Amino acid sequence: MFNRLRVAATGLAILAAAATPAFAQGTLRIGMTAADIPQTTGQPDQGFEGFRFAGYTIYDALVNWDLSKADAIADIRPGLAVSWAPVEGEPTKWVFKLREGVKFHDGSEFDADAVIWNLEKVLNDKSPQFDRKQMAQVRARIPTLVGYRKIDKYTVELTTRIVNSLFPYDMSYVFYSSPANWEKQDKDWNKVALNPSGTGPFKVDRVVPRERMELSRNADYWEKARVPKLDKVILFPMPEAATRTAALLAGQVDWIEVPAPDAIPRLKQGGMTIVTNKYPHNWAYQPSMVEGSPWTDVRVRKAANMAIDRAGLNKLLGGLMIESKGHVYPGHPWFGSPAFDIKYDPAAAKKLLAEAGYSATKKPKIKIAISTSGSGQMLPLPMNEYVQENLNAVGFDTSFEVMEWNALVTFAFQPATGDAAKKAGVNGVNISRATVDPYSGFTRLMHSNFVPPVGANWGILKDDKLDAMINKAHASFDKAEQTKALSEVHGYVVDQAYWIWIAHDLNPRAMNPKVKGFVQAQSWFQDLTPVEIK
Amino acid sequence: MLLYALRRLIYLVPVAFGVSLLVFALVHLAPGDPISAIVPPDAPKEVVDKLKEYYGFDKPLPVQYLRWLGVTLTGDLGTSIGTGRSVASEVGSAFGNTIILAIAATLLAFSLAVVLGTAAAYAKSRIVDRLVTVISLIGVSVPHFWLAIVLVIIFAVELGALPPMGIGPENSTGWKFDRAHLAHMILPTIALSVIPLGVVTRTVRSTVKETLSMEFVTALQAKGMRDSRILFHVLKNAAPTCLAVMGLQAGNLIGGSILIETVFAWPGTGFLLNSAIFRRDLPILQGTTLVLAGFFMLLNLTVDIIQTMVDPRIKRG
Repeated sequence: MFNRLRVAATGLAILAAAATPAFAQGTLRIGMTAADIPQTTGQPDQGFEGFRFAGYTIYDALVNWDLSKADAIADIRPGLAVSWAPVEGEPTKWVFKLREGVKFHDGSEFDADAVIWNLEKVLNDKSPQFDRKQMAQVRARIPTLVGYRKIDKYTVELTTRIVNSLFPYDMSYVFYSSPANWEKQDKDWNKVALNPSGTGPFKVDRVVPRERMELSRNADYWEKARVPKLDKVILFPMPEAATRTAALLAGQVDWIEVPAPDAIPRLKQGGMTIVTNKYPHNWAYQPSMVEGSPWTDVRVRKAANMAIDRAGLNKLLGGLMIESKGHVYPGHPWFGSPAFDIKYDPAAAKKLLAEAGYSATKKPKIKIAISTSGSGQMLPLPMNEYVQENLNAVGFDTSFEVMEWNALVTFAFQPATGDAAKKAGVNGVNISRATVDPYSGFTRLMHSNFVPPVGANWGILKDDKLDAMINKAHASFDKAEQTKALSEVHGYVVDQAYWIWIAHDLNPRAMNPKVKGFVQAQSWFQDLTPVEIK
Repeated sequence: MLLYALRRLIYLVPVAFGVSLLVFALVHLAPGDPISAIVPPDAPKEVVDKLKEYYGFDKPLPVQYLRWLGVTLTGDLGTSIGTGRSVASEVGSAFGNTIILAIAATLLAFSLAVVLGTAAAYAKSRIVDRLVTVISLIGVSVPHFWLAIVLVIIFAVELGALPPMGIGPENSTGWKFDRAHLAHMILPTIALSVIPLGVVTRTVRSTVKETLSMEFVTALQAKGMRDSRILFHVLKNAAPTCLAVMGLQAGNLIGGSILIETVFAWPGTGFLLNSAIFRRDLPILQGTTLVLAGFFMLLNLTVDIIQTMVDPRIKRG
């Protein structure tokens, strides 16, 4: 049949052959999952994909991420700040020493004034440069920053509301756009969006909304070892997975984000490289811990954790997940030494449920709010159906409240005691979480002060011991002590089975074999500077 | 005729009002929140509240609607909450891209449909008639997004003959009438034309067949008129019905291309709507739908006028 089709398509092929332009060496074309170009003014939208392609490419933060290694979890490193430290005796004040000689893409200088101007941009709604859209993206990521002042041209002092030793992590999410460029663009952020200027390794050549963004090498980048090897990077929004797959196989792009698991064999057959690595992603059930919920009994939580056949789920996903052993994956610096070994043991799960007083006639009723798709949600419908079968097999009565991703996010804006959860009878949510830093990993999800709308402790988990352990991590200024404190937090939450942990995504991306030099970091963010096209 | 056209134009106002009200109600009935779509999942409540206040989502729905209507009546469709760009410019650029695709699909579908439908009606052979009927049935039945994916697999992936996505090559700015851009149009045009091809082919076939059975055709044959002249008269008589169906289908091509534009990453109104739905970008949703509805109504009016011009027996006004 294909021979006939080949003949039939000859005419079209001649037309298309003439139409397909040759690309300069060193142009990398990427198909993103986003439906539009992420916000380019400084603080990207579209989740961490936005940070990946319109954040750390165009801009720098005071604190950058070390994305050079594949075999260790990415950690923070100096960016536009060369060093930082809390003020002696005043741990809520931090002094950041800025890097000298850094220039924005428009040639203007980066200094303390630029830092203050950018913080005003998102924190002071009276400042002329205040931008709601950027504010909306970043405020949740810097919850403790309350003050800032310039000390000298290359030094700033930042103040936190509480003692927060993890504050430098927060500062990795704030990017610095050029004040001079904003003036040049008539003080209009919409114009800046089309002609942005940062300090990052890539400059923006062109932004065509909904179609493409073209980046080119910033040959004058301040970190010489990270001057991009590529001439250009072109980013295309392609929300449909089948479109991304076809575009890669047809040679229209060189790299696609998140290929569908069922397309992986075809991509491999087409000679494409599938790149994966573990990264701080967590696909789990966050249970309601309010009175009346079956999840308040640790035996029920442990039973659920032991009822799930994660190896089978991994097979369903074509090997694109890590079987969860806790909130972070084994080998992560915070994993610690939990005593509770999360594994598939349906007999033990049944025994635990029986001990908790449940039987075939009295099953624990659980209802989880899940989405049909969404950022980081992997394949939520088949995965949840699989887990449902596992849970029901050991004696749970599992049902779902299925909603669209945006509706689920809105649903979780209220805690388990909110009207939405009560009305739906929901006692758990399935929202994938990025556990990039200690705040996003533990504090906002498990500390009792962070119940929505303050944070994301949806289930209203309240454990004084856990709060104290998290507080201790926030108060540890020594890195080793901090890591130890976080591993103790992790060991404790696993032992208490506070969540039902199921999978960690493997962050798959597919690329043409001519893409060389890419190192997939254990991070949501990736570095495009060492990439080459050969 | 002029009076009729004017009156129809005036009728558009209440219809547009009704459409806007319906769209507004539907997008607010759907679960989810426009602000939650533009902030990270655990954004502080004060941030969410500030944004709600800024965009006016803290007001009662009737107030929100009247404010939107007031702004819209001045010709300003507002600002996208997802991108901060003007809705009018967003819809304008997307609409241009959709029109290009819709015109190409319309031309392809209608010309093929007229040829196939007429051939089936005229055919002495039952095989030709059945073949055309099968083609039109496939056209009506096949899910066009599925066909789009199949076309991409065959012509872009397997044969490497045509580009699978986008409006043009990487270095292009907007659509141009050249070979490269035409190559990008081929697959989406084919996928988009399948449904109207099926519908219009069936209409042409049945209308022409019905016209052929009329007495005036026998009279013309008895007078010894050439077949080509008879065909001209037959088509002229069949035209009003076919035009009415074509008008509706042309409107559907513009409003109903969400799936095709998403599969081909074609930056038109369908792609824009798809993105706006997932981002709960209400101004974009309302603006795009209103423009599409207005265009659909104008298209119907144009078809009505053309019908009258083609067949003076149809009295309007």
